[in-house]
Amino acid sequence: MTAPLPAALRHRAEGLAASLPPLLAEAEHLAATVMLGEHGRRRAGIGDEFWQYRSAHAGDAQRLIDWRRSALSDQHFVREREWQAAQSVALWVDSARSMEFSGSRDRAPKVDRARLLALSLAVLLVRAGERVGLTSAALPPRTGQMQLQRLAGRLCDTGATDYGAPDTSGLAPHARAVFLSDFLGDPAPVEAALTAAADRGVKGALMMLLDPVEEGFPFDGRTIFESMGGGLRHETLKAGDLRGRYLARLAERKDRLAALARLTGWHFTCHHTGDAPMVALMWLHRSLERVRG
Amino acid sequence: MLGPIGFAAPGLLLALLALPALWWLLRAVPPAPVVRRFPGVALLLGLKEDESETDRTPWWLLALRLLAVAAVIVGLAGPVLNPQTRADGTGPLLIVSDASWASARDWSRQEARIATLLAEAGRAGRPVAVASLSAPPSGALAFRPAEHWAERLGGVAPQPRAPGGAGLDAFLAALPAEGFETVWLSDGLARESRAAALEALETRGPVRVIESPRPILALRPPVFEDGLIRLTAIRSPAEGAAEAVVTAHGPDPSGVERELARGIAVFEPGESEAGFALSLQPELRNRLTRFQIQGVRSAGAVSLTDDALQRRKVALLAPRDGREGLELLSPLFYLRQALEPVADLIDGGIDDILLAAPEVIILADIARVTELEADMLVEWMEKGGLLVRFAGPRLAGSEVSRGELDALMPVRLRAGGRMVGGAMSWGEPRALQPFADGSPFAGLNVPEDVTVTAQVLAQPDPELAERTIAQLADGTPLVTRRPLGQGQVVLFHVTANAEWSTLPLSGLFVQMLERLAVSTRPGRPDADDLAGSTWTPERLLDGFGTVRDAGNRPGVPGETLAAALAAEAGAEPLAPGVYASDGRRFAVNVIGPDTGLAPAVWPARIPVEGLRQASETPLKGALLAAALLLLLVDILASLKVSGRLVGGTLRGGTTALVLVLLALPGPAAAQTQPGAPDAGTARDDRLALRATGETVLAHVLTGDPRVDQVAAAGLRGLSQTLFRRTSVEPAEPIGIDLEADELAFFPFLYWPITEAQPTPSDAAYARLNRYLRAGGMILFDTRDADMAGFGFSSPAGRRLQEIARPLDIPPLEPVPGDHVLTRTFYLIQDFPGRHNGEVWVEAAPADAERADGMPFRNLNDGVTPVVIGGNDWAAAWAVNERGEPMMQIGRGRGGDRQREIAHRFGVNLIMHVLTGNYKSDQVHVPALLERLGQ
Repeated sequence: MTAPLPAALRHRAEGLAASLPPLLAEAEHLAATVMLGEHGRRRAGIGDEFWQYRSAHAGDAQRLIDWRRSALSDQHFVREREWQAAQSVALWVDSARSMEFSGSRDRAPKVDRARLLALSLAVLLVRAGERVGLTSAALPPRTGQMQLQRLAGRLCDTGATDYGAPDTSGLAPHARAVFLSDFLGDPAPVEAALTAAADRGVKGALMMLLDPVEEGFPFDGRTIFESMGGGLRHETLKAGDLRGRYLARLAERKDRLAALARLTGWHFTCHHTGDAPMVALMWLHRSLERVRG
Repeated sequence: MLGPIGFAAPGLLLALLALPALWWLLRAVPPAPVVRRFPGVALLLGLKEDESETDRTPWWLLALRLLAVAAVIVGLAGPVLNPQTRADGTGPLLIVSDASWASARDWSRQEARIATLLAEAGRAGRPVAVASLSAPPSGALAFRPAEHWAERLGGVAPQPRAPGGAGLDAFLAALPAEGFETVWLSDGLARESRAAALEALETRGPVRVIESPRPILALRPPVFEDGLIRLTAIRSPAEGAAEAVVTAHGPDPSGVERELARGIAVFEPGESEAGFALSLQPELRNRLTRFQIQGVRSAGAVSLTDDALQRRKVALLAPRDGREGLELLSPLFYLRQALEPVADLIDGGIDDILLAAPEVIILADIARVTELEADMLVEWMEKGGLLVRFAGPRLAGSEVSRGELDALMPVRLRAGGRMVGGAMSWGEPRALQPFADGSPFAGLNVPEDVTVTAQVLAQPDPELAERTIAQLADGTPLVTRRPLGQGQVVLFHVTANAEWSTLPLSGLFVQMLERLAVSTRPGRPDADDLAGSTWTPERLLDGFGTVRDAGNRPGVPGETLAAALAAEAGAEPLAPGVYASDGRRFAVNVIGPDTGLAPAVWPARIPVEGLRQASETPLKGALLAAALLLLLVDILASLKVSGRLVGGTLRGGTTALVLVLLALPGPAAAQTQPGAPDAGTARDDRLALRATGETVLAHVLTGDPRVDQVAAAGLRGLSQTLFRRTSVEPAEPIGIDLEADELAFFPFLYWPITEAQPTPSDAAYARLNRYLRAGGMILFDTRDADMAGFGFSSPAGRRLQEIARPLDIPPLEPVPGDHVLTRTFYLIQDFPGRHNGEVWVEAAPADAERADGMPFRNLNDGVTPVVIGGNDWAAAWAVNERGEPMMQIGRGRGGDRQREIAHRFGVNLIMHVLTGNYKSDQVHVPALLERLGQ
């Protein structure tokens, strides 16, 4: 290597290297608190684990008959195995500037919570043998600890736009997807992505991450509101006056997302960074399970 | 000028006109917006607030700001509360002050006012003259620069009199003819001289009057009647109800001036007089020197008292005779008549009388008293008593003062006396000669009808002439007097009744008694009474009512005094004070018994100002501070309006806290020190705790720091030795103060004896004896190596004997070889310290016998209460802080050995103290073993 690396890149790499292990460790820690219980697909399929015996129907291949069981009775039984084909789960964590918002000095930005949840979910899924990746083509779903490392690295990328839109370029058909965003920007790209995904048979969960300040709008007086990137400005002379209508608009946004999710067979919830991440992780995990059902 | 407020730069107030413009401007400019990063802005786009006027500043915030700006403007305009109006005049200025007793009360203000006037005149370059009307300057009035007077203001002081009299007339007559302005600082009282003075001043120029509206209080002289002292306070003007507290002052029995009584005069509304009566015991009343109205500094509020309030105690003694019912012939009848109204009379024997401390004792025709009584009388006279004797048949017939002068007689007497003009004699009854000048009776009129028919005659001694104070027309002495110490003896050569003369029947008799200060008169004397006498001032009043010693002031003729007392018009003013002559005193007061007070009335053309000078109070600072405060409030309010205060209650709380701190700059009151517990009990408790917590050796503090130090170090060394070698583990030793500390806590006391040691008190001895009886042990150490055999000639030994004498110490003997001390821990036979002398312990009982086969006698059971020696053990035991020996003991190895033995003795001693006769009991062991064997 003769060409020196740009200092900025190196800085970033070092910063990343510094933050990755804690993030991963935190994710592992959070994942460890989830009691998985019996882990399986709850349906017959190709796998190693015994699922059930059933009477042999006509058409069942002769090699499928479990002779040891059938010898106990007059009937022929087929030994079914649990279906253990690995599922692909694609994650999208909004890394736009708007996710960097934190309403209070002692609360982490939304994006931190989003990364933590995504990585924790990934840890859980990888432990369960699933393949985890990003919705973008940059990191297709794979399994294994190395994938977690790569995923953590990718998750730490930051975007430059004010509001993010899901990139579904790498979304495989019939995969599962999880979108983590504040969904405060233009809803059209989200709708488009969601529709496209539904078209490809992808189901999943939408999690809207909001700061409590965004939920409460505790502002008053003459205020100029700026988006995190500075692209949008709105000046008001009496911010307190706008609270009611802002909250109405927020509720409308949530309703819209929920309706969209219902339409496409997705799950939708709203998580506040002021709440414990555990609840959100459990919801994500369960919503992926339900999708399978 | 706005009421009491003036402005230094009123032009700036025009800026207030700009306030409406500011209002409009401020209204138009909305508060600056806050820029917030907020992702939800996407949801806000397009929203419009309902109330469009919220871009205007709220009216109350606007008002706040306008108020702040207005405060700044007004503040910069220099507002002054009570500004001085500078009435500039021209030409010379005369400042006259009444400077009377009534001015004294407000004198400091008046002085300040004069100073202000002078300063103003100085600025205007006007020549000034300052004059006091009560003490007008003699000669022509000189106008000088104000600075000249500013230095001499102290010379003008209120006088204890009112302006008026010849001096004032002369002053008015001498006023320069050219015009000048006059400022008259009046005392506010009406008086006759005022009109003339005003007229004289008005002809020269405008007159301005400054007078205080404060009421003037004065006290009339006390009047004694019916056993009560009536006091009257007067005031001017007579407005509203008021009270005056009048206090009576005089020396207490120890001679210290203090308040003796007080009363309150309550002025009814509209009344100018208020009085009350004081009832005082004669003892107290006789001590009164003055009354004064409390809290008023003025000569008029002080009334000095004189003899009028005092009633002398006069003792009357007459020979007892068998005759009864002949009152008119009683030697004391006329005396009683003359003295009863004006004096307290005492009867009884001489010794009883003297106990009552009378001022005067009158012996009427008593020839002899016993020697003892004579001595008592002389002693009493030397202390200032006045003995008045009257002659009579007994005195004439006795041998008293014949050959040589009797101590109780002023002159020697010839035998027999004489009779003139009687039925059986030749000649006319003799009349009195007019009194000579030096006599205390000088000036008294001698009535024609006073005649003498019989008298005792004085021996013509050389001193007779000077001792005679009244004589008959033929020159024979009628009254003689001899000073004796501070007192005197006076002999009337006639009887006290009308047997020998008509003197007791005349008014002259009473006057003579008065002049002799036998009696005092309650009323005012007239000129005749005082004629011919000279009165020297004793104490004088100044204008402020302070009583001062008069010093060496020249005397005043009686006529002048009488005129002053009578307050005659045109009389030469006499300085108020107490005037004395021959034991009599008269007080001249500023306020006479008839003096009234009335407020001064000025013609309407004369401007009258109050004396009170409202001091200028610049309000600039206060207004600017208020503006600053308003702006601070504005900051908070702006934050509130712009929504920046909503951030959290915490921040709001902090702001409130800051505000509170701003409002209360004073630090919170420092915590009060918890009261220190009583030192004595605390020390006792500490001592008890230290002494009982562990075993502690103690030494007696001798007061010699060196000895005490060595004793403490010695016990420390012994304690360390015990700690190392035995199971006794003593704590740090304690020094004991025999007088203060309880001994019961200590098993062992080391007592080094010094020659200078004080003998303990009885209480300390009681404690020591209790300690010894309760089983304590004291090691007495004379530290002198017992040089001359035990305790018989060395100073410390003698001291030990003195100290130990009251102690309960049994018979002693030198330590016998089989004493338990020799074997309580170590086996030792010597008890050395720094020296190696004999040691004494309690003697063994005489019947002690050596048991068979035992090396020791069967000795006493108890512990010896004392061990006495002179070996200076503490020196041998002493170690310093590092545990090294402090003192050199002996030489080389021998010394070390001696120190070791000393330590062993110490160990043995403490073991003996703590274990008692335990080792002694070992002698019983064979017997015990024998019994067990059975």
